[in-house]
Amino acid sequence: MEQLVWKTGGWFALATLAFLAALAAADFGFAVHMGIVCAAALAVAVLTMRHADYEAITRGLLKMPASQDKYDDDPIRWGVIATVFWGLAGFLAGLYIALQLAFPALNLGIEYTSFGRLRPLHTSAVIFAFGGNALIATSFYVVQRTCRARLAFPALARFVFWGYQLFIVLAATGYLLGITEGREYAEPEWYVDLWLTIVWVAYLVVFGGTILRRSEPHIYVANWFYLSFILTIAMLHIVNNLSMPVSWLGSKSYSAFAGVQDALTQWWYGHNAVGFFLTAGFLAMMYYFVPKQAERPVYSYRLSIIHFWSLIFLYIWAGPHHLHYTALPDWAQTLGMVFSVMLWMPSWGGMINGLMTLNGAWDRIRTDPIIRMMVMALAFYGMSTFEGPMMSVKAVNSLSHYTDWTIGHVHSGALGWNGLITFACLYYLTPRLWKRERLYSLRLVNWHFWLATVGIVLYAASMWVAGIMQGLMWREYGSDGYLVYAFSEVVSAMFPMYLIRAAGGLMYLSGAIIMAWNIGRTIAGSPLREEKPMNDAAYDAAADRPLVNQPA
Amino acid sequence: MNYDALRHFADSWGLVFMGVLYVILIGWHFLPHGRQRSAEAARAIFEDQTEADHG
Repeated sequence: MEQLVWKTGGWFALATLAFLAALAAADFGFAVHMGIVCAAALAVAVLTMRHADYEAITRGLLKMPASQDKYDDDPIRWGVIATVFWGLAGFLAGLYIALQLAFPALNLGIEYTSFGRLRPLHTSAVIFAFGGNALIATSFYVVQRTCRARLAFPALARFVFWGYQLFIVLAATGYLLGITEGREYAEPEWYVDLWLTIVWVAYLVVFGGTILRRSEPHIYVANWFYLSFILTIAMLHIVNNLSMPVSWLGSKSYSAFAGVQDALTQWWYGHNAVGFFLTAGFLAMMYYFVPKQAERPVYSYRLSIIHFWSLIFLYIWAGPHHLHYTALPDWAQTLGMVFSVMLWMPSWGGMINGLMTLNGAWDRIRTDPIIRMMVMALAFYGMSTFEGPMMSVKAVNSLSHYTDWTIGHVHSGALGWNGLITFACLYYLTPRLWKRERLYSLRLVNWHFWLATVGIVLYAASMWVAGIMQGLMWREYGSDGYLVYAFSEVVSAMFPMYLIRAAGGLMYLSGAIIMAWNIGRTIAGSPLREEKPMNDAAYDAAADRPLVNQPA
Repeated sequence: MNYDALRHFADSWGLVFMGVLYVILIGWHFLPHGRQRSAEAARAIFEDQTEADHG
């Protein structure tokens, strides 16, 4: 009882502090954020005070099976739902800003809905909210299964989940309010960065603690990738966000670095966010879930180790390719280019390792839509890890940089690789976590697969055309030595491509809505959808006999 | 250590150190028994599965 009073009192004190900070705030955005923190702390205080078994309440509400299993799966179930939710939000934001580029009137003339504020909302929602929740949920799932141990520090694991959601809400509302450091993929301001650092250290403690208490002698390779992702993101996040706040009660801060050093730090962070968040973390998912879904071990375990160490040793140097032909020293640009080109090999080694896991079971691509999704994800991993090194070559970059080709490249990786592998993992996890026989519908997975794939193709193809056209138009000189095209002419020339891109985005979002319906029905425990089975290879009993009694 | 010294260390002994470390970390798994132990590790996620592994 006494402990309960102290706990509740602590949360109330925190809420009061946040309230006072909101009152004394130097700017409107900081006041709103402190209001959100105050509301979150009050909610936790009230829940603690009532001493309700709120885990049991959510279990009932979300139809979770009672947690009597060997493994601690509740935070993973929340993570699956959060991933679906943030995915829908992020894809919708992306579709909206794609339409804004085609029809500027959709900016609505107010600052909160302008392209400049919605774009970071989209990128952070898909990378950190959708991707981050998928990574946290799958890492907690995989580390328990491969270590055959329950999560270490269950209370801390719950803090990681809810703390991460608070980070997402603060970041997202901040963008709409105009709070930004103006650093790509690292837009949140100093106090939100500090909060994420606390959450991330807790994540490392839970993940590392679970590995330490494992009952398997060997640490499976997926955990190596997860661990490298957690450690490297911690390092990148802290160094890139070193900054000095203008006021302890205001949202504005200034970076510790200046000029080209600042730019290089930012792209060292930015490219390794791609390398360790969107690549290493998702490869961890690949190395566990592809073998499990294919029901056969990974093609070559030793190739996976070469893949791992090559990524670790090479990726960290590739960042300068974002700063070709800038004030960055020429040797640093060349270094970034060379390491990017070298990265092509381990990336394709990993893709081949994933694809060849299906060796001997290629028919599964026809019969199992989840395997089909995984194979397409790996194909896009291979495509974008070829396209990336190519674009990092200086001569190519002089055409592609600042054009929509870059946007197309990012999306073939993000929608194709990260999106599809995440969807496949969600489809794998949902029936297992909620103890269902199988997914509500496999046909709907197939619909999702085709909508997503065609959507990505429309997206990437239109952006290739738009980007190369844009690059060529920008550099076109007439015989009189003047530029041939005005900037506005280049913009209006891209209108058809912008429409095709938006159509691709609409298809991708539609697929995700179908997934939400399918996963929702699976969680709700609906009877399986009546549908034609995916696998309808005919069985002919008459033909099923040996050739013994036939004349020679 | 000033910038110039750091830069020259990085593309001489630093580079050699990184290269040797990389070769050791990978070569380790190609020693005798590496093949068998790797195969065991790859199969580990399928062995001794309980009901909880499927749900």
